[in-house]
Amino acid sequence: MTIATTTSPVYPLTKEDRRFVGLHLVIAFSALVIGSLFGPLQALEHAGLDLYPSLERFGIQSYYQGLTLHGVLNALIWTTFFITGFLTLVVIRGLQRPLALPWLNRLGFWMMVVGLVAAAIPILLNKATVLYTFYPPMEANTWFYVGLTLVVVGSWIEGWGFYVTYWRWRKEHGTTRTPFIVLAALITMVLWQIATLGVAAEILGLLLPWSIGLADGVDPLLSRTFFWFTGHPLVYFWLLPAYVSWYGMLPKQVDGKLFSNSLARLAFWLFLILSTPLGFHHQFVDPGIPSGWKYIHSILTFSVFFPSLLTFFTVIASLEYGARKRGGTGRLAWIKALPWKNPSVTAQLLAGILFVFGGIGGLANASYNVNLVLHNTAWVPGHFHLTVGSAVTLSFVGIAFWLVPHLTRKPLWSPKTALVGVWTYFVGMLIFSNAMHTVGLLGAPRRTTLGLAPYVPPEWTGHLWRVGFGGTLMWIGLMTAVVVVAVTAFRSTRLPEGEYVDVPVAESIDDEQQVPVWLDRWMPWLVGAAVLIILAYGPQLIDKIGGMAPTSPPFTP
Amino acid sequence: MTTEELHVDPAERNWIVASIMLLVVFGVAVAIAGFMLGIQVPTEEQRVDPRTVAQEAPWSNPGVRELVPGEEYEVYILASRFSFVPNTFEVPVGARVTFYVTSTDVQHGFKLQDTNVNFMALPGQVSKLTTTFEEPGTYSYICTEYCGLGHAVMAGSVTVTEPGGNA
Repeated sequence: MTIATTTSPVYPLTKEDRRFVGLHLVIAFSALVIGSLFGPLQALEHAGLDLYPSLERFGIQSYYQGLTLHGVLNALIWTTFFITGFLTLVVIRGLQRPLALPWLNRLGFWMMVVGLVAAAIPILLNKATVLYTFYPPMEANTWFYVGLTLVVVGSWIEGWGFYVTYWRWRKEHGTTRTPFIVLAALITMVLWQIATLGVAAEILGLLLPWSIGLADGVDPLLSRTFFWFTGHPLVYFWLLPAYVSWYGMLPKQVDGKLFSNSLARLAFWLFLILSTPLGFHHQFVDPGIPSGWKYIHSILTFSVFFPSLLTFFTVIASLEYGARKRGGTGRLAWIKALPWKNPSVTAQLLAGILFVFGGIGGLANASYNVNLVLHNTAWVPGHFHLTVGSAVTLSFVGIAFWLVPHLTRKPLWSPKTALVGVWTYFVGMLIFSNAMHTVGLLGAPRRTTLGLAPYVPPEWTGHLWRVGFGGTLMWIGLMTAVVVVAVTAFRSTRLPEGEYVDVPVAESIDDEQQVPVWLDRWMPWLVGAAVLIILAYGPQLIDKIGGMAPTSPPFTP
Repeated sequence: MTTEELHVDPAERNWIVASIMLLVVFGVAVAIAGFMLGIQVPTEEQRVDPRTVAQEAPWSNPGVRELVPGEEYEVYILASRFSFVPNTFEVPVGARVTFYVTSTDVQHGFKLQDTNVNFMALPGQVSKLTTTFEEPGTYSYICTEYCGLGHAVMAGSVTVTEPGGNA
């Protein structure tokens, strides 16, 4: 047994709270399983083996319908449900008090569920084959937009529940520093609520009125601009919960401590102010946006790399601290002393390794004119499978390896199988993402049935086979890990009476209560975030909204 | 207040300085490539009405315009599901060609393989970039944004001919 058990939980969640968090995970993992089913189908299509025709009898009409399911379920649903569930646990455990208004959080959760159903039905009926970016004037069924709106608003409501809980704690605790994991969870939620203002404006202001016939046309460029206002901070909403674990939990799992509580907080605050005012780097090759503004957003995108570079140092220093306490020695040989037999740790370490490559590739994406070489090529999904597909997903799976035992009071089933799963996924991801980056640089487009494309040169073939092979391996690895989670959740074996898998909350080397007070105050950072967004987006948004040309009627996919 | 100062480990301080320097170098390098060497991304060009653009000049007659024979060309390309008009044209080697592309329906992409011409083709907007063809041969241009079931077949090609007239 490699998941640590303890006899005295610091703050035992009530049965209702454990069930509530668990419900999030049930939906998250269901979405992951269904969405991931299409991953290898897409990869194999690129390799020359199109299995989609055999899915027609199950109602899947095309590659693009499958791709829509893959994107919506994996990138939007799996992440949002896991994150809201995980952050609920972090807030309760970190503040050591129950939710202040549990009905509010339950309201948010069920609104998300209703939204999921409303969006999923048209996708499954092939009435919303618009991919997860739903660029107009390609039009989805109205319920698709309604469903996405409910998912987002539901997640906001869960966030409001966190704020009220925090507010009550704060009133009782004077100037006590907010526990790091709670501060980080709250920043993540605030970042999400700022970021989603863009997509809210897009759906409520443009797409819904157009979809129900109140407006004849839509302005595609304005719509894209709103979408990418949300689209990049969205990836930080996915990533920061993994950082909560890397900074605030993983050090404990390796018998170490958080290297610097202050700098961990600083990194999160920097993400709050820097992750939104840079969306034009997704629109470097859009017409209608002045190149000067694109360059400014390129520089701002470089600046948001800074807190990630800070994270790189602090997380590795925390791991090294733990490894040396475990008897590790040498300049790099200490890495061997990390608890690699613990699948929860290994999943997150492998996620971190893959994320290094994701970060390096991200610098290329951010680099203004370098983007000309790779925009909308296979490089881009190659990149984001290293970020949301690895740093995020593999970390969440690693978290689930202790979280599910914590919630169910059952021991993790077969840690060895879990290890096989995460290593297989890691190897598959290395092959897949390397092949995708390479074939993208050679010119292969993303989001395309390459098996039907007339322009595929022979030099792509070998790489596309690697895409197929790596993608299949990823699926086998991920499903192996998910089976471990599912068996753990539904097995009948319980932990012996009095034993308990606690939430791993790391202490820091520096005293949390001595952290500078400006790293525990909201107002300056919220003002900073607002100012930067107004400066970076204000002039262009005024220009684009003022000159809006709603000239595009809807087209069915 | 001394206990509340932000404590930073010396090694981490070095890392922070190196990180900032690295990012500054990238920002400067990109600026030099963009604004001094002229490797530019699309900028504001022109708005059009996607419902009528195909009936109005110059888009009513898409294709190549020869500005300076052998040297300077422009080409107007209409993107519609699931083809480009024109889907093939010819220019001589050494030609400097400016591409103007717009869409009459949904969002498309336009990527001219082995060059830096790669942009979105949006309804309502004109995208513009310039490239010089240094080598003879055939260059594909492909749609890089999902535009419907026939997206994968949406492509065309430029034939770049030798001075004698052969590709």
